[in-house]
Amino acid sequence: MIAARRRGRGAGLAIPLWLLVPALLPVFLLSILPLLQGVAMGFTDYELGARETNFIGFDNYRYMLGDRQFWRSFQVGGIWTVAVTVGEVVLGLMLAMLLNAKLPGQTLARILVLAPWAIPPVIKGLMWRLIYHPDAGALNGALLAVGLIDRPIHWLTSFTWALPAVIVVGIWASLPTTTVVLLAGLQSIPGEVREAAAIDGAGAWGQFRHVTLPLMKPVILSIAALQFMWNFNSFGLVFILTEGGPAGSTRLPMLFAYEEAFAFGNLAYASALGTVMVLVIGFALVAYMRTQFREAQGV
Amino acid sequence: MTPQRPIARFLMTVALWTFVFFLAFPLVWLVLTSLKPSAEIMRSGAQFWPETFTLENFRNAILQERILQTAFNTFRVAVASSLLTLAIATPAAYVLARRPGGVNKPVVGWILLSQTFPVILIIVPLFTILARAGLGNTHLGLVLVYTVWSLPFVLWMLRGYIRNVPVEIEHAAAMDGANHFQILTRVLIPLILPGLVATGLYGFINAWNEFFFALVLLKSPELQTIQVNLARFRGVEGLARWGPLAAGSVLATIPTLILFGFLQKGLVSGLHSGGVKG
Repeated sequence: MIAARRRGRGAGLAIPLWLLVPALLPVFLLSILPLLQGVAMGFTDYELGARETNFIGFDNYRYMLGDRQFWRSFQVGGIWTVAVTVGEVVLGLMLAMLLNAKLPGQTLARILVLAPWAIPPVIKGLMWRLIYHPDAGALNGALLAVGLIDRPIHWLTSFTWALPAVIVVGIWASLPTTTVVLLAGLQSIPGEVREAAAIDGAGAWGQFRHVTLPLMKPVILSIAALQFMWNFNSFGLVFILTEGGPAGSTRLPMLFAYEEAFAFGNLAYASALGTVMVLVIGFALVAYMRTQFREAQGV
Repeated sequence: MTPQRPIARFLMTVALWTFVFFLAFPLVWLVLTSLKPSAEIMRSGAQFWPETFTLENFRNAILQERILQTAFNTFRVAVASSLLTLAIATPAAYVLARRPGGVNKPVVGWILLSQTFPVILIIVPLFTILARAGLGNTHLGLVLVYTVWSLPFVLWMLRGYIRNVPVEIEHAAAMDGANHFQILTRVLIPLILPGLVATGLYGFINAWNEFFFALVLLKSPELQTIQVNLARFRGVEGLARWGPLAAGSVLATIPTLILFGFLQKGLVSGLHSGGVKG
């Protein structure tokens, strides 16, 4: 990184800044401007088809505090985000180490493991609706055949099962990305480091605990932070699976905001919800980085 | 690595292939479902292997469900947006790679920030801005949105590729009297071509797979993208239309899987310098 920066600085060629304009102009018009307008809209009473719009200060936020659906959806969103992120990082690390262990069929396994990355989220959702289907689904078919259950379970419409079922799909959907990133990290650990630990008498667990894990920490932390943000803002997958049902038990914040905006026309309220989502992510990330920073200093 | 006992290796192999099964099974199930006759899909008590194979679902998906039309729409939008992204990102990445400090910080800050905000926050103003520009409910409008949406990652990747090119090559070209534009088009672009192709494919997959913007921004059925088309298939929980739906899903997955085949090597090596949006 430092070497690359130095190489760049040595250029001495003053590259004209206007080369940035073609990229910055659309970014400003279609990303930054609507973002600022969106935040501003959260302080108005704008509704779909409204004649006039008034500035109402923090009224949307005050209303939100008493809105049970808001609390419920952010709670569901929190459970979903933490469960999916932790699940995919733990499983991803296991899978990456298995893919790095020179086991039989490694190349084929790597390709098969990565493939779901390319599948569109809508189709990921549809695939799992086929698997979870109460009558014709593969899951109930298999469980009934083995005798683990004696009646089909309605996975996606049951209060007990809908959220866990959706979380499994969430982990499945983002496992490939996480695994690739972690695998790349593992491959950058020189083999000699682990060999040295082995010579010092470290067993497999000791090597993992004292060599692999500390060296992998930066990679693990950054992919976990990214996935945390993506999972919290997730929409398409759960929209296809349950549309947030039954009775809001899988209604992630993004689905709740979408419903407010496009089913009820409460555009301003939806924008305020979006702003709170940004704040939640921001606070979570700052807290997360603080603890990591402290730990790093403690060492 | 220390020599492992055969039993440990055996258990690890079993674990590895359990993962592979978990990750790959849904796709296998989808393909097999698409090849079953409707009556067989609807029968309760799922059968893994189809009793009779049929292409009837694919015929229905194409003839009745406008799969080809919506696939063509999506293809047009995805190609246009990925080319446009490369066209505007390459000069910008050149500046970012070779002019450290100054502009770099705010741009990198924006790249990271753009990952944090939920699309619900921008969708309504975006809708209004596009409508005012006469681009509401048009493919061009969607192309522009996808371009901006892919840009952070594309910029990040291209900046990395350009940084890997030794700057001396540019100095030599400048001594020969080449200006910045010539250095970019005649020297840098040929050198980073593999990176440009990989990044362009990423932009294409991104646009092909996108659902939310296409759902909200396009209203006319004849403009619909394939993801929205497939999502709208749903409805009553009855399985009557699962056959064509599975077939349509298979068709919609083929292009990205093929491109993924081309991408997978570069993807793994490129990941060292960036991240991939899942």
